[in-house]
Amino acid sequence: MGVTTQTGAVILAQQSIAPPPIHYSAIAPVLIVLGAACLAVLVEAFVPRRLRWSVQVGLSLCTLVAAGAWLVVYARGEPMGLTTLADTLAIDTPTLFLWGTLLVLGLASILLIADRSVEPGGAFVAESSAAPSPSPRAASGGSTGGTATSIAPAPTPAPARATASVAEMRTEVFPLGLFSLGGMMVFCAANDLLTMFIALEALSLPLYVMCGLARRRRLLSQEAAVKYFLLGAFASAFFLYGLALLYGYAGSVELSAIADATAGSLRSDTLLFAGLGLLVVGLLFKGSVGPFHMWTPDVYHGAPTAVTGFMAACTKVAAFGAILRVLHVAFEASSWEWHWVLWTVAVVSMVIGAVLGLTQSDIKRMVAYSSIAHAGFLLIGAITLTDEGLSATLFYLLAYGVTTIAVFGVISLVRTSEGEATHLSAWSGLAKRSPLIAWVFTFLLLALAGIPLTSGFMGKFVVFSAALTAGMAPLVVIALVASAVAAFFYLRVIVLMHFNEPAPDGPTVSVPGAFTTAAITLGVVVTLLLGVLPTPVLDWASVGGFVS
Amino acid sequence: MTSSFLATPAPVQAAQGPLQTNAWLMIALPLLGAVVLLLAGRRANGWGHLLGCATVIGSFVYGLALFASVGSGPAHELALYSWIPVNALQVDFGLRIDPLSLVFMLLITGVGSLIHIYSIGYMAHDQQGRSGARNTERRRFFAYLNLFVAAMLILVMGNSFVMLYLGWEGVGLASYLLIGFWQQRPSAAGAATKAFVMNRIGDVGLALAIFLLFAQLGTTQYSEVFARAGELSPGVLLAIALLLLLGACGKSGQVPLQAWLPDAMEGPTPVSALIHAATMVTAGVYLIARANPLYTLSPGGQLAVAVVGAVTLLVGCLIGCAYDDIKKVLAYSTVSQIGYMMLAVGLGPAGYALGIMHLLTHGFFKAGLFLGAGSVMHGMNDEVDMRKFGGLRRYMPITFATFGLGYLALIGFPFLSGYYSKDAIIAAAFGQSGWQGWVFGGVAVLGAALTAFYMTRLMLMTFFGERRWESLRTAGGEKFHPHESPAVMTAPMIVLAIGSVAAGLFFTSGDRLVGFLTPALGELQEGHGALPHLVIQLLTVGFAALGVLAAWMFVGRKRVAVERPQRVSLPVRVARADLYGNAFNRAMVVRPTSWLTRGLVHVDRQGVDGAVNGVAALLGGGSRGLRRWQSGFVRSYALSMLTGGVLLVAAMLTVGAP
Repeated sequence: MGVTTQTGAVILAQQSIAPPPIHYSAIAPVLIVLGAACLAVLVEAFVPRRLRWSVQVGLSLCTLVAAGAWLVVYARGEPMGLTTLADTLAIDTPTLFLWGTLLVLGLASILLIADRSVEPGGAFVAESSAAPSPSPRAASGGSTGGTATSIAPAPTPAPARATASVAEMRTEVFPLGLFSLGGMMVFCAANDLLTMFIALEALSLPLYVMCGLARRRRLLSQEAAVKYFLLGAFASAFFLYGLALLYGYAGSVELSAIADATAGSLRSDTLLFAGLGLLVVGLLFKGSVGPFHMWTPDVYHGAPTAVTGFMAACTKVAAFGAILRVLHVAFEASSWEWHWVLWTVAVVSMVIGAVLGLTQSDIKRMVAYSSIAHAGFLLIGAITLTDEGLSATLFYLLAYGVTTIAVFGVISLVRTSEGEATHLSAWSGLAKRSPLIAWVFTFLLLALAGIPLTSGFMGKFVVFSAALTAGMAPLVVIALVASAVAAFFYLRVIVLMHFNEPAPDGPTVSVPGAFTTAAITLGVVVTLLLGVLPTPVLDWASVGGFVS
Repeated sequence: MTSSFLATPAPVQAAQGPLQTNAWLMIALPLLGAVVLLLAGRRANGWGHLLGCATVIGSFVYGLALFASVGSGPAHELALYSWIPVNALQVDFGLRIDPLSLVFMLLITGVGSLIHIYSIGYMAHDQQGRSGARNTERRRFFAYLNLFVAAMLILVMGNSFVMLYLGWEGVGLASYLLIGFWQQRPSAAGAATKAFVMNRIGDVGLALAIFLLFAQLGTTQYSEVFARAGELSPGVLLAIALLLLLGACGKSGQVPLQAWLPDAMEGPTPVSALIHAATMVTAGVYLIARANPLYTLSPGGQLAVAVVGAVTLLVGCLIGCAYDDIKKVLAYSTVSQIGYMMLAVGLGPAGYALGIMHLLTHGFFKAGLFLGAGSVMHGMNDEVDMRKFGGLRRYMPITFATFGLGYLALIGFPFLSGYYSKDAIIAAAFGQSGWQGWVFGGVAVLGAALTAFYMTRLMLMTFFGERRWESLRTAGGEKFHPHESPAVMTAPMIVLAIGSVAAGLFFTSGDRLVGFLTPALGELQEGHGALPHLVIQLLTVGFAALGVLAAWMFVGRKRVAVERPQRVSLPVRVARADLYGNAFNRAMVVRPTSWLTRGLVHVDRQGVDGAVNGVAALLGGGSRGLRRWQSGFVRSYALSMLTGGVLLVAAMLTVGAP
């Protein structure tokens, strides 16, 4: 979306100036995703209702696979970093890595979103009139027919299925997801602040809508969407104001121009640092870094779980991709002044996430606070401003994102007749009922806690050692203490699942459909592989830095 | 002397021959067992326990073959694959085979095999009345036990501190799973949590030490770290030594992190024997012995280790005197015996090998004692209160004999295992120069007397005297029917009893063990203390005899009340309260954490709202209507963002554009 706007503007504005060269092969993944998103809108409009779901799922999955395949082919040619579209996008190694990460995480999220077997008819509805009605209808109603035969049939006539409304799933969620993903890809490749801002909006607006589509607990979901929208708009305003101040400072919105301006001139430092501060607030908000985290627990809690997974993983990758680029490219020269400020932010985020996570009684809120703590760890990697720190942060993003999506995949399986049982008490004794799910979840929680042989350990290890090499020892000490504290609330869930007696009227664990199974399996396998054999990914993450 | 030792670190060779290059099989076997048992599900009910035993025994046999082929030589390194390769940071997934790791491998797999065999009998019908589910439970138990053995082997076989950390977390995980194994006991989950928290505190120390080593030397591999330890400044060395000690305290239950170990006795008794007596809890001693080149260079670090060890050994003894729960007494005895080991490795080159020797003999007799306690409980409907025992020696003759030998070894009865190993430590402690010799030596001798006291008390209350259980009923309202355990349980106890008797003599004759360990730990230095060795020996035996006598005076001569007396003197009350260890933890750790949490929650929930209200009040009464109209949350979130943003920009401007 951002790309097309830019191109269009350039063509309209001037006839005499030759259009800038466009490296189509480099930006093809973005074009594929955004093109498919437009196509998906058309599908929504013209394809008959009963075919829509299968067409949308097929289209989305094919798109992500195609974009990923293109990316792999392109990256294997060991391309030089380049900027294209009149220097608005920078396609360098970090960009390629982040795109790859986003596509993998996007694929897993789409798989979770597409699942219709756990919640009959899918987890998404658009109108409030489609709220679940108490009238029991069989889960095998006509509206879930068609392709649903490919999904594992419901094992038991559990009350969850019997009472659930089988109103048809709204498939708008697929084009929205693709648009958002396209926005994220542009966001972390944007080489000037204006493009970055447009990408920020392009990724955020679909997300706001997606948050409000839950079939169950609609009020909570819509409240979350409105909250996210209002606060997101507020954060965007910060970003835009910062952008304006920086333009006033450097006379350009290009990151490299800002870097040149900071290098040695006698311009107003007030403009520079006020602008940087405001810009960073906007970015930190998207990365749910404390103290700009306030929306995170509420929105994670209210949004449909599959969307929460998408938000938690992909948005974080995009936001930190942008933070990395902005800090590395534009503000490296002035880092001596500002790094103390971001040190403090990282500490605040880790402490808030680790300590407040202790008191949560809802599992989605707990994961939300865990994500705030993880944002603090990521910020440590981002502000080292070394190549080591860059590759470590990129690795951490991939590791964290994959684990998180799998975590939300598991959360979506544990249900009562009211929908998902997210209250912690409902999870007690889960290992008795369904040992496999309990063990998978245990493994994922251990990864989040950073126990060796999981990707979480490897991520923390590379980030902390990069930070230590960059002379940030006090921060590493705090980070280790914070991760020890955070490990405690993961353990609480493990203890609850394995060592407590199950509640008599506890939740049932749905047998996951093929899509959810695929997403969780992907998450678990990657989490394990990155912990045991991280070499290829670490190598890929550390081949090169940013271009501008 | 120390510098000459460091100038020529023991050479490291690449592993040669199929036996050495396949040493990873030792870890892979139990791991495979655990995976199969966890995946096979109910299908493994019939043969799961046999597979569990077979893999560990196989690992033990491999260890023996490896031991025979390598012997006491230079370390052999075996790099399996490059685990973490980023820029300067290179960590191999590698193993190190040297005398120190060999000794541990044999201890872990040897004692592990015996305890696996014992568990077949112990776990067969020990499910607290849940007979329907007993077999699935036993399968799961063996899976965890195998997992533990694999992790512990990684811990001792790894060739770098990162590998050690991997095993360290692995044994922790297995230990929590096993402590909480009896899920129907709420106290088990609590104990598992406590163990986790205390261990995390220690783990932070260990992780910091590893990062510090990496930042200073760019490597965490033992061979390189030790070769270049001289480059570290004294301050950094001290910091590393203290942080490693913190890690060791967490894992080994040393003061001030000792409180989790006795609670860990909630787990099944074989677990207490294997993990919380013989192997895992000694990992801290291993860590310090392994890092001996660092400690040798840091006298301050050494002193800290010795002080921690001395304090712990006294604390453990004192509390052990006051408990009536047979497993808790043994647990505090473990705490105090590990204190002896820590004291020994804290003495520097004069004590590293002695600490390891006591660790090995302790592994035999303490595992035997725990298995004996398990056997008693097995015959007594899982009763652990010693006040309800009495006169059991006739009903369980084999248990009594093996337990008795373990007891004699522990109190240092002449010419049994404990006599040799503990005596050597006490002599080395007296051998320190200046005040340290008198203080450490004195504490160690006092500890020997107290050990004799509480262990004799345990023996008298359990196996001698009046049969107090005859007039009592079990929790289920039945009579007690004490009986000897089946052969599958008594056989391992007999083997361990033989070890308790003979291991000490075997290790010390011709300085066999000390000589064997020299390539890994350096030459053992003889101290020259104020007292001649013979005097120390007589002193130790004399003090132990006093302890036995005192126990006879206080316990053996009198009737033992079935109910625990409540009106007791102050020292007993203090000891019963774990010397206020739990109260200390509550005051120092739990309460500040909960205050911090509550404070943050308050700021998060009310504080921001309060600030909004305050601002609103400042702005005037008109805001009141507005406030009612709004839901309150988005508003306060936005305000907190604004506050954060303003603070951040202000900070930016302060540092950037003053």
